[in-house]
Amino acid sequence: MKHYSAFAVAREALRYHTGWERAWRSPEPKKRYDAIIVGAGGHGLATAYYLGKNYGIQNVAVIEKGWLGGGNTGRNTTIIRSNYLQDPSAAIYEKARSLYEDLSQDLNYNIMFSPRGVIMLAQTQHEIRGYQRTAHANALQGVQTEWIGPERVKELVPIINLDGPRYPVLGGLWQERGGTARHDAVAWGYARACSAMGMDIIQQCEVTGVRQENGRVVGVDTTKGAIDCDKLGIVVAGHSGQLAEMAGFRLPLEAVALQALVSEPIKPCMDVVVMANTVHGYMSQSDKGEMVIGGGTDAYNNFTQRGSFHHIEETVRALVETFPMISRLKMLRQWGGIVDMTGDRSPILSKTPLQGCFINGGWGTGGFKAIPGSGWGMAQLMATGHSSLTEAFSLDRFKEGRFIDESVAAGVAH
Amino acid sequence: MLILNCPYCGVDAEETELAAGGEAHLKRFGPGSSDDEFHDYLFMRENPKGVHFERWRHANGCGKWFHAARCTQTLEVFGTYSAQTTEPPQEIKDAITAKRPGWSWREFS
Repeated sequence: MKHYSAFAVAREALRYHTGWERAWRSPEPKKRYDAIIVGAGGHGLATAYYLGKNYGIQNVAVIEKGWLGGGNTGRNTTIIRSNYLQDPSAAIYEKARSLYEDLSQDLNYNIMFSPRGVIMLAQTQHEIRGYQRTAHANALQGVQTEWIGPERVKELVPIINLDGPRYPVLGGLWQERGGTARHDAVAWGYARACSAMGMDIIQQCEVTGVRQENGRVVGVDTTKGAIDCDKLGIVVAGHSGQLAEMAGFRLPLEAVALQALVSEPIKPCMDVVVMANTVHGYMSQSDKGEMVIGGGTDAYNNFTQRGSFHHIEETVRALVETFPMISRLKMLRQWGGIVDMTGDRSPILSKTPLQGCFINGGWGTGGFKAIPGSGWGMAQLMATGHSSLTEAFSLDRFKEGRFIDESVAAGVAH
Repeated sequence: MLILNCPYCGVDAEETELAAGGEAHLKRFGPGSSDDEFHDYLFMRENPKGVHFERWRHANGCGKWFHAARCTQTLEVFGTYSAQTTEPPQEIKDAITAKRPGWSWREFS
């Protein structure tokens, strides 16, 4: 793999950009791998990357039904934050956020991490108490957040309307080191780094069965033939249930559609991420100038990558009240992704009833921000059989009643 | 937008008029059941990519609970029926079979 640098750009400029090589190889699958990861989204690629980097397991294949990063990795609103209340969620999301800080250097790929700050608006008395509690919890967890008053909110977000007709802005929870990153670049950067370690990323290859002997996984059947492996990681978001069924167990998950939309590009007007959970809408401005807006989930099971239109109407209505200047904006595109929701709205990173088979899923509406931390913990779990980052997210927590008592999914009302 | 016909008042209700109530035909397990049974009752849903039976409430209408048979992959509605039953009626099963031969869902097919 050729190193990306300012020097490389200059060199290529001089020779009409003829020397750039493909960022990752597209090989045919080998007969056998030490570990197979199903799903080449952010979480799957990050898992493979840290398996190789932290544990020296480099005989790895990442198998993808569609194309790399073509699922929820390319369908989210790219927000990164770690201002959670409970210790297990704060730990894994803060691990992820801190890895994002120097991920561009680590991967030698510009993921455009922009720690522009995230505000979660408090618009009811209940939210004020909740966010002040979270700020105190974060102080104990070593996550840097603070409670700010409405004047400071206005200072950070001049376009906000503090005295909205329904819900005035009473303050907010401010995480200065939160922000956004380029979502596709996260998948591409990890893929390039995995490929450079000799790992095989096999796209357009669907897993059709999980082969097992004596309660142990021995390989997978795919549309490109059978492939053997010692360890299998299932990291497929919306289709976790289908893969688990092939492996012979069930998951406490339900799939629903989550929507997002972007406006036409406008001049820079908001340089932080704002989340308004009471009225249910969140917005940030991309580097291209589009206002990126997160919508809601449908209330019913859905495997189509689109959602109900009335959710867009509700979200946009709430945001127009909060940011009156966006009322004349045209919306450019709208899309949906299939998110897998667990009973307690926290993810599952766990061993499974099938030996050698591990699952990472159930991230619901909050997966993108967790990618590096999730990969880090999942790799540790797969390599060593234990990870303090993932321990609380095990599959047996539902039977044992060890729920993680917060809706980590997005902090919004889904 | 999803439109379901309320089998009680006969109205073709739009999604905004309805409240989704999750998977239908759950078998309840309470005190005295095993941990596994209780766990499955609380958390394990069929979550199929295909034929699905659901509870809905005509919340902004007649207020009644009813059941719907729907496809989660195409958003096609096979039919709606009374909630006063433990199993989908034969005409609903036939309507599904006509469009999805060989379908199955838990013990129904």
